[in-house]
Amino acid sequence: MSNNSYYAKPQGKSGLLLNQWDLIILVLFFGLLAALVWGAQQMSAPYQLGSHIPISLDPSMLPRYAISTVIRMAIALLFSLLFTFTVATLAAKSPRAERFIIPFIDIMQSVPILGFLSITILAFIYLFPGSQLGPECAAIFAIFTSQVWNMALSFYQSLRTVPKELNEAAAMFHLSPWQRFWRLEVPFATPSLIWNMMMSLSAGWFFVVASEAISVNNQNITLPGIGSYIYLATAQSDYKAIGYVILTMFIVITIYDQLLFRPLVAWSEKFKLESNPDTYTETWFLNLLQRAQLTHYFLAMLKRLRELMTTPLFPKRQHRELPPRVRQALSWTAITFWNSALLIAILASCFTLGRYIYTEVTFSEVLHVFWLGMITALKVGILIIISSIIWVPIGVWIGLKPRVASIIQPIAQFCAAFPANLVYPVIYMLIVKYQLNVNVWSAPLIILGTQWYILFNVIAGASSLPQELHLVAQNYGLRGWLWWRKLILPGIFPFYVTGAMTAAGGSWNATVVAEVVNWGGKTLHAVGLGSYITEQTMTGDFARIGLGIAVMSLYVIVINRFVWHKLYEIAEERYHIG
Amino acid sequence: MTIETEKKAIFTVKDLQKTFRSAEGQELVVLEDVNFTMYENEIVALLGKSGSGKSTLLRIIAGLIKPSNGQVLYHGQPVTEPVQGIAMVFQNFALLPWLTVLQNVELGLEALGVERQQRRKRALNAIDTIGLDGFESAYPKELSGGMRQRVGFARALVVDPELLLMDEPFSALDVLTAESLKGDLLDLWLTKRTRTKGILFVTHNIEEAALMADRIIIFASDPGRIRAELTVGSPLPRNPQDPHFRKLVDDIYTLMTTSERKRVRLEDAGSDFQKMGLGYRLPDAEISELTGFVDALASEEKTGPVDLPLLAESLHLEADSLFPLTEALEILNFATVSKGDITLTAEGIAFANATILERKKLFAAQLEKRVPLAKHIRDTLDNRPSHRESEDYFLRELEEHLTEGEAERVLTVMIDWGRYAEIFAYDYDSGILSLENPK
Repeated sequence: MSNNSYYAKPQGKSGLLLNQWDLIILVLFFGLLAALVWGAQQMSAPYQLGSHIPISLDPSMLPRYAISTVIRMAIALLFSLLFTFTVATLAAKSPRAERFIIPFIDIMQSVPILGFLSITILAFIYLFPGSQLGPECAAIFAIFTSQVWNMALSFYQSLRTVPKELNEAAAMFHLSPWQRFWRLEVPFATPSLIWNMMMSLSAGWFFVVASEAISVNNQNITLPGIGSYIYLATAQSDYKAIGYVILTMFIVITIYDQLLFRPLVAWSEKFKLESNPDTYTETWFLNLLQRAQLTHYFLAMLKRLRELMTTPLFPKRQHRELPPRVRQALSWTAITFWNSALLIAILASCFTLGRYIYTEVTFSEVLHVFWLGMITALKVGILIIISSIIWVPIGVWIGLKPRVASIIQPIAQFCAAFPANLVYPVIYMLIVKYQLNVNVWSAPLIILGTQWYILFNVIAGASSLPQELHLVAQNYGLRGWLWWRKLILPGIFPFYVTGAMTAAGGSWNATVVAEVVNWGGKTLHAVGLGSYITEQTMTGDFARIGLGIAVMSLYVIVINRFVWHKLYEIAEERYHIG
Repeated sequence: MTIETEKKAIFTVKDLQKTFRSAEGQELVVLEDVNFTMYENEIVALLGKSGSGKSTLLRIIAGLIKPSNGQVLYHGQPVTEPVQGIAMVFQNFALLPWLTVLQNVELGLEALGVERQQRRKRALNAIDTIGLDGFESAYPKELSGGMRQRVGFARALVVDPELLLMDEPFSALDVLTAESLKGDLLDLWLTKRTRTKGILFVTHNIEEAALMADRIIIFASDPGRIRAELTVGSPLPRNPQDPHFRKLVDDIYTLMTTSERKRVRLEDAGSDFQKMGLGYRLPDAEISELTGFVDALASEEKTGPVDLPLLAESLHLEADSLFPLTEALEILNFATVSKGDITLTAEGIAFANATILERKKLFAAQLEKRVPLAKHIRDTLDNRPSHRESEDYFLRELEEHLTEGEAERVLTVMIDWGRYAEIFAYDYDSGILSLENPK
């Protein structure tokens, strides 16, 4: 064999500089660029607190509003990635940082995101006086908090589970810490990170819609976007407008699903240590990208860039270690400094929080709020049970038929991404019009957007049951309730727990929006913690907002620890197949 | 043969000791008193049973782990971190799955700052040498195990290491692929197509060591230390059918089995008293394998000692895979091993001739008599009013003598044997050992 006859694209074929795939990509790219530029202009428009941002119900404004909404999501995602790469890495590499960061993230995950919004919006407005950037930042911050904890934890987890041999190989071949991060750790973490990112994004649509129109301090702040559009449409009881906005969002989510979600998840298969050929997913967009010449040029350019970043600038020196005494002294000072700073911070925050709430609210009110929390917790619990009873059998039925599953599962994921708050007005209208009991009929809204998590996780679980177990069941004539009890339910248990846990988390957040019904200027309040928080936000009573958020966080943390974590442990320990 | 010139040393290991802290805070000695020197132009094998600390020693030499005492001197300089000039090949290949073969091989060069054209040339050259020509743009998941390990070799050799370290490089491969790769590696070595001056590899496979090494360093376990050093006179490549080769394997086998036995027992004329402690590292021997092995021994025509390497061959097993079984049988006094031969004892013969139920009784009797841990568990359960105890209790006791992982492994083996012998019961869900029958 001649020297350079290694396998490569046959030289002749790549005569054309561009092919038809490139055209499509160019179109997409320029469209994206135009949208970004326009969006940036809009976001920095002048704004004064108290002034009214005009929202038009004209359907022709919808594409612009949709773009604004998408841009907010994108910016939040960027910040989330930044946070993940810095903070999560720090937590993984430094045991001291870990002891603080991980519990912090754990708790932040349980805090209701929309509860935050009311407090942060005023802070951001004061930060950016006179500009619309204030409320924009508040909205983006709300979306950021809905995505980042999940992503950070997944990245942290991946960094800590890098296979020992790969670490040793990286050490043996003298990869610098920077090189190791980008060549080993980030690629290893990518599949999990991308999946969590996509899950967070899907959940994020709900929050961006909810955070674009905020009633705080007796003022309505509406940012141009889908959320404000629907807010105005509900206030003016405009059926047609609601229909238009649902259609627009449908298109947006489809684009997100087809051009971002699926291709990214399919591409991340490349980074998995063991790729299961059965679960190999193909997407048309990824294929398009991979066939286009432009992508190859772009990637080659990126590679050059990366090489520039990772090539050692200076020749490697074997670094000499500090003598043990010096190291000991250094670490002692660091520990004492860190611990004392932490202690001071904890004491200070407890004191301020306690004093603030104590002087503003009475003890009986605190009890009342806990009682409201109990009601909401019961609502969420009952709804999870009901939707489980409905969706588990359906999910199992679908999951056992591979062809049906491959069609339905993407649809279920789509439904999970579609912001449920766009559908709320329809129910609101029914409740107001037919004077239904707002307590009973607003409850299903809570689970409307989150039940899909149960469905598609159960589908995943049912379709991943090993074939041999089914054959055994057939062989021994296992049927009916016995089949359910001994084979199916235990088999899908881990997946079910994941789905239910996610659904419950999302439901708590949904209560802040779903427990207050407004249609055509009429507002009804259901009894619950979510409506309490919303009410207090509207009147701008910060002490009570704080109280509501604290109580809800407490409930979520306690339920997580004593219910979901336990179930998850049991699922991992006992019901894990393989 | 060769003129005894002044042999240049590549590295020296001096008075090396490595201890780990167990979960209970005990100091467990993994490596003790290790001293040896490696010279240029030789292939050295570190041979020992699984868990004897040889992989730890390899990693200390590579600079991945720091020794507790003593040092490794590489050309006179102490090794505290991976040094340039030493490359390693891993048991499970350690390839980055998101990089192609070419990119994986280039990785080491990239880290050293070699510029792009040079890098590519050298990598392609290495890939060519190792025989993976044509697979440059393939991803590891497209390759078989043998090919992946070839990539591992190419990656290690492309940086022109002076010393090549290999951690059980062929144990994850099937027999035929391993043979092919061993042959290719020896070929590269003998025709001097690489600039590597020495190869040190770790293995538990006796035939592999005999086939490839100029010097074999035999390791003992508990704690890990050098038991013997064997210089192999015959030149490479060696023929496995050659009677000298078979004798070599036999000798190694004897070396590895004889001293072990002396360490396990203190012959106290006629008594069965054993110096085996509670924390003795029980071998990974499954009941079904043990019974099958005893049957195989009993079916041998002669009643005297059976040659172990020959028996292994007739059972189509690696010689060293019998070690856990022979150790188990020795512990239980069903057989004795000496000079590479195994003989069934009277109890062993009785076991072989018994029915399934009788076997359990015989096994139980020997277990309680010879394995202190079994007796201890049984006694503890007897003395508890509820006749129940959690596994965590016993784990904690074992962790005073062993590392966490080893404690768990030993307890698992013990539970497996104990359940077969029906001297106690175990409930997986609750982790409770008891004297009850399963519900």
